[in-house]
Amino acid sequence: MKTKVRYFALFREQTGCESETIDWPGGSAAELFQMMAEKHSNLTTEAAALVAINDEMSGWETVLIDADEVLFFPPVAGG
Amino acid sequence: MRFSVSNTAIDVAAAKKAVTDNSCGALVVFEGWIRDHNEGQQVEQLEYEVYRPVAEKEGTKIIDEAFERFGVSNAVCIHREGLLELGEVAVIVCVSSPHRDAAFDACRYIIDQVKTRLPIWKKEHYVSGISEWVSCEHCAAAGG
Repeated sequence: MKTKVRYFALFREQTGCESETIDWPGGSAAELFQMMAEKHSNLTTEAAALVAINDEMSGWETVLIDADEVLFFPPVAGG
Repeated sequence: MRFSVSNTAIDVAAAKKAVTDNSCGALVVFEGWIRDHNEGQQVEQLEYEVYRPVAEKEGTKIIDEAFERFGVSNAVCIHREGLLELGEVAVIVCVSSPHRDAAFDACRYIIDQVKTRLPIWKKEHYVSGISEWVSCEHCAAAGG
């Protein structure tokens, strides 16, 4: 299935791209991140990282469906 | 709008006016300022990146939660994005309520949640020429 992945702030710098669309067998948001970390060797797994799917905050265990847009947020620091 | 993101200077007087209410005896305001140091580094400028579609949705949710938990009458929060200079206001939270306890508690709740839940990132530009993304754990420890 196809999934669009978007990277922000530190993750964007680590991957060197803002977004990419990948074709993969499917799985959870955590599995997708792991796969992307294998593709982009600089992408670090951060315990405090957050994930959103289709502009809604989500959980890492959420199973993705075809055409979902997944947003990977590095640890946030508002205020 | 109870939560908003601004790419221009925050109008503190207007934010306070937005929660003015004759039934309220208490107004609590928190302003987060750009300070000149962090973790031993001299800070020159600070840059905020905000992913607005989610930040605005989650920010509004946080304020709704504050209304529900503390029963306050009015609350607004404005967060900056873009490049900020020392002394500028990065974030403001204004809460008004009939009595002070609820206003203090709600204000604290809103700023704490904003710091940990919204897709907002800050990059510090140091006097030394180095720039670095700041993580939440760091800003929590440093206060501000």
